[in-house]
Amino acid sequence: MIKLTSLSKHFGDTVVLDEIDLTIEQGEIVVIIGPSGTGKSTLLRCINFLEDPTSGTISVGNLSVDAKRASRKDILAMRRQTAFVFQNYALFANKTAIENIAERLLVVDKWPKEKALKKAREILAKIGLDEKADAYPASMSGGQQQRVAIGRAMAAGAEVILFDEPTSSLDPEWVEEVLGLMKQLAAERQTMLVVTHEMSFARDVADRVIFVEGGRIVEQGPPSEIFQNPKDPRTKDFLKKILATNPAIPNHS
Amino acid sequence: MDVLNVEYMLGLVPVLLRYLPLTLQLAGIGMVFALILACLFAVVRVLRIPVLNQLTIVFISFFRGTPLLVQLFLFYYGLPQLFSALTVIDGITATIMGLTMHFAAYMAESIRAAIVGVDRSQTEAALSIGMTNGQLMRRIVLPQATRVALPTLMNYFIDMIKATSLAFTLGVTELMGATQKEAAGSFLYFEAFIVAAIMYWIVVEILSKLQNYLEIRLNKAYSR
Ligand SMILES: Nc1ncnc2c1ncn2[C@@H]1O[C@H](COP(=O)(O)OP(=O)(O)O)[C@@H](O)[C@H]1O
Ligand SMILES: [Mg+2]
Repeated sequence: MIKLTSLSKHFGDTVVLDEIDLTIEQGEIVVIIGPSGTGKSTLLRCINFLEDPTSGTISVGNLSVDAKRASRKDILAMRRQTAFVFQNYALFANKTAIENIAERLLVVDKWPKEKALKKAREILAKIGLDEKADAYPASMSGGQQQRVAIGRAMAAGAEVILFDEPTSSLDPEWVEEVLGLMKQLAAERQTMLVVTHEMSFARDVADRVIFVEGGRIVEQGPPSEIFQNPKDPRTKDFLKKILATNPAIPNHS
Repeated sequence: MDVLNVEYMLGLVPVLLRYLPLTLQLAGIGMVFALILACLFAVVRVLRIPVLNQLTIVFISFFRGTPLLVQLFLFYYGLPQLFSALTVIDGITATIMGLTMHFAAYMAESIRAAIVGVDRSQTEAALSIGMTNGQLMRRIVLPQATRVALPTLMNYFIDMIKATSLAFTLGVTELMGATQKEAAGSFLYFEAFIVAAIMYWIVVEILSKLQNYLEIRLNKAYSR
């Protein structure tokens, strides 16, 4: 279970996250939507401590960290509980696919090499990239790279995987294979917190959709409710705009 | 003008060749120490480690801003005067110290630039999986930065080989020192120094070829 209590992030005078309260159950798939520049990435990055939250508490599993008193040790512990999938894949360019996946097990969890590689090979099979085990990121397609990045996140065995617009940098031809892998993870009830503009993914996969604007949660609920019967005018407005610019999204489920 | 004394020149080749190993050793040892020091400096600069960062900036500025010959004299003549324990500092040690610090100052900046050039998102990815700063540097950043910096570092190594010739001013009989002595004995200065020049030239040419080869190899790295 993940619990954020009054989580805030300020950049100087700018309040980017404004006292966010959020609880995510184990195995829950939560999708965050909202206009750009409203703090969606910052929220995920704070959970992973890629940004230091200004105040509030973050609890993941049985680890709880108060932002104001977070020590280096707390931060490392929190990062080990949370895995991150970046928009631009961010694979280690000097490591092959299998090494990218095994890296965390070897270096952070200090597994013996054989064990780590065995686990990495299992994950490669799962993400359908066994034949790319020894390929470097530079020789893989965007879709393959993002699948390896998801594999790297899976290897962490983290409580939650945080996805920050995982398909936004992809050529359209690779989007489906990445969404497919995410659906597979969702079906296994891997806890996921996903920022995306893929409304069809939100509609089909999410247990809960959260609409964020101005660093606050404006509205949340099951996708059927948010998409068909949004209550807040800001949510309605956003959905109208995004559905207009993305005709591929079905209007009715 | 007299004709070139070719016979003397040919006879000089084996004599001078005996001093080439010392020249290469000075540069080789200097390069190893300079690389280690430069990596440390670069990491200090990139991570902006307080105090050390400021000291490093001053150090680099000094060793880039003053002539190598002045630095060599400082180590050779100056240090023993300051620290009586160092009265026995010999020319070879002083040369290696000077070369190390002088070239570390230059190489630190190349390595720093190469480190900064490694895609920032990989740093975030490494931190996100719980790596420490040290692990991040050792496993992700430095291996990539090294490949970028290597051609430039090779250039500095070539410069360093040529710079070892200054060691003769500290009484070290390396290639340049030996040539000087031979020339002083025979008065055939032009012949002696042209032989020495050709020897340096050949060594540098070999290294340049190696550098080209490495560059081609490195451009293909990580792309399988
Ligand atoms: N490092 C930073 N320094 C200052 N402002 C930032 C920084 N990172 C993000 N911001 C600001 O925070 C706001 C939210 O950014 P972000 O979380 O990336 O939004 P989103 O992911 O919803 O598009 C933006 O206005 C952005 O300019
Ligand atoms: Mg964003």
